[in-house]
Amino acid sequence: MKFRNLIALVITAAFALIILQAFTITPAAGEITLNEFGKADINNRTAQLYLNKSVNTDNKKVIYQESKNLESGSANIVTSVVANYRSFDTLGEITVLFLAAAGIGVVLNLENSKKKKFAADDSSLILNTGIKLLFPLLLLAGTYIFVYGHLSPGGGFQGGAVIATAFLLKMLSDNKFEIKEISITLVESTAGISFVGLGLYGLVTRGSFLENFMATGTVGQLFSAGIIPLIYIAIAFKVGAELTNIVKNLIEA
Amino acid sequence: MPLISSFLILIMLAAAAAALAFDDLLSSIIAAGLVSLTAAVLFYFLKAPDVAMTEAAIGAGLTTAIFVLALFKTERGKSE
Repeated sequence: MKFRNLIALVITAAFALIILQAFTITPAAGEITLNEFGKADINNRTAQLYLNKSVNTDNKKVIYQESKNLESGSANIVTSVVANYRSFDTLGEITVLFLAAAGIGVVLNLENSKKKKFAADDSSLILNTGIKLLFPLLLLAGTYIFVYGHLSPGGGFQGGAVIATAFLLKMLSDNKFEIKEISITLVESTAGISFVGLGLYGLVTRGSFLENFMATGTVGQLFSAGIIPLIYIAIAFKVGAELTNIVKNLIEA
Repeated sequence: MPLISSFLILIMLAAAAAALAFDDLLSSIIAAGLVSLTAAVLFYFLKAPDVAMTEAAIGAGLTTAIFVLALFKTERGKSE
């Protein structure tokens, strides 16, 4: 119990440090001026910096499969914003989802007396057979979506949701299929800890929370973009476990 | 392109109106799922495939399932 308290204290201190850091940042030199409506120069907008994948350095054109060691090496621009430029925001989003799952779990487990499962023994033959075929394919599709999140559309949230849907269908069709509470807890907390751990490692080595501390490689290759794929894998496992937990609670309540 | 968009938006509006109008709550939930599904297709045509995937997986898939489960748990099949 003591050790757990110590870890909680360390994490709280780290977050306090990050929040304090935000107050000491000085705004960049050169004030931002807004043009008239319709006359703005898009090349000076922040979105263009995201497209060129360099907020701090000079704007060079990004060439697929050729440009190397960019600031954010993911080919998918949405991913480079969601999991790199504003990944702290994403951590907050995941926490909101976690709180929702925890709340549903608490509310639905208040009455433990009458536990009957939703899936009847006579769930239809088509559903049973279909899910037997579809379950591994759905898992594969979900895994593809989040592993290739930095290259193609998709990412942690989508992949996690697809995986949760696969488990939902399996639970609906197969009455004997049961996921243990402990395994969901284990997956969920491991993913969360690794997300925060990656962030803290960036804080220690590069000086800001969740900074990309690995080489970003060539744009468009599977092993590129530094910590973005790792973050997305953590997000996918966390989201998948949380949504599966929500569905499982609803089915078993 | 505007033709497809307006067609999809019409479907969305019709499904949303149907979700409000149905007496049977299960039909309402299905209609609400149809709204999400059409929104997903619309997002895809608006060149936002990431949002489209999220909408299809969570909006059309999981939310509908969660609503249906909640409906059967509360054992209230009909509204007033």
